[in-house]
Amino acid sequence: MATRTLIHVPDAPRRGEVVEIRVTLGHPMENGLRPDGYGNVVPRSLVTRFECRLDGTLVAAADLYPAIAANPYLAFWLRAERAGTLAFEWTGDHGFQHRETRPFNVA
Amino acid sequence: MTAPRPAHRPAAVQARRRQLLRRGGALALLPIVPIGTLLQLRSAHAVSAVPTLREVERQWALGQPINEGRVTLTVQPLVENGNAVPISLRVDSPMTAADHVQEIIVFNERNPQRDVLRFTLGPANGRAQVATRIRLATSQQLAALARCSDGSLWSQHVDVIVTLAACVEP
Repeated sequence: MATRTLIHVPDAPRRGEVVEIRVTLGHPMENGLRPDGYGNVVPRSLVTRFECRLDGTLVAAADLYPAIAANPYLAFWLRAERAGTLAFEWTGDHGFQHRETRPFNVA
Repeated sequence: MTAPRPAHRPAAVQARRRQLLRRGGALALLPIVPIGTLLQLRSAHAVSAVPTLREVERQWALGQPINEGRVTLTVQPLVENGNAVPISLRVDSPMTAADHVQEIIVFNERNPQRDVLRFTLGPANGRAQVATRIRLATSQQLAALARCSDGSLWSQHVDVIVTLAACVEP
């Protein structure tokens, strides 16, 4: 199944304005502690790292642990100094990797 | 109270009997000590496997003092579903190159693991505020901590009540 994401980047903020970026990744975040309906423990499968880069420069990063809810949602703020391309990247267990890009327009 | 000594036993037999009793007593004591020590070791191991909230905070602080304040952790005080609890963290900081928040951390008190989230920020963010959704296994305390560029550490602790647990439920 294709990985789904919801990414909210404000369109054309004024230069110097501080805007909120919100991202959600469709992922079960199995913590390896939960039994399924048959009493077997569901194996651990987590997203452990999130990184956001603006034209290659790291602007925000997060280490995620099992206590992050399924479909990890993260929100942070960014000062609109220059336009560019925002790259969002998630990595996790069993070689999980997902990358999305969005244009960041600054008026 | 001492029992009256039986008159028919000779003195030599009495002495030997006492010796045996003494040795037997010492032997009986032997296995008790190792079992007790093992139990203590076992419980000490169980405690050290999952550190307490204060221990992980001290470990993260690397010997620096942690001040109360500047951090605001927003979470609903009564959580009806521990599977997805929205939290928001804000640190009072100008977020300039000279003075900004480098790291925002959330620890919990009673989940299977103490770590929840570690956010790395910098002056490019403009505002030291992050939000996410977390799992809570039971009613407990949450700790939000921030490391500033001048090396100072700030924290806030919030108690939450959880009615439906997460983490280990099917």
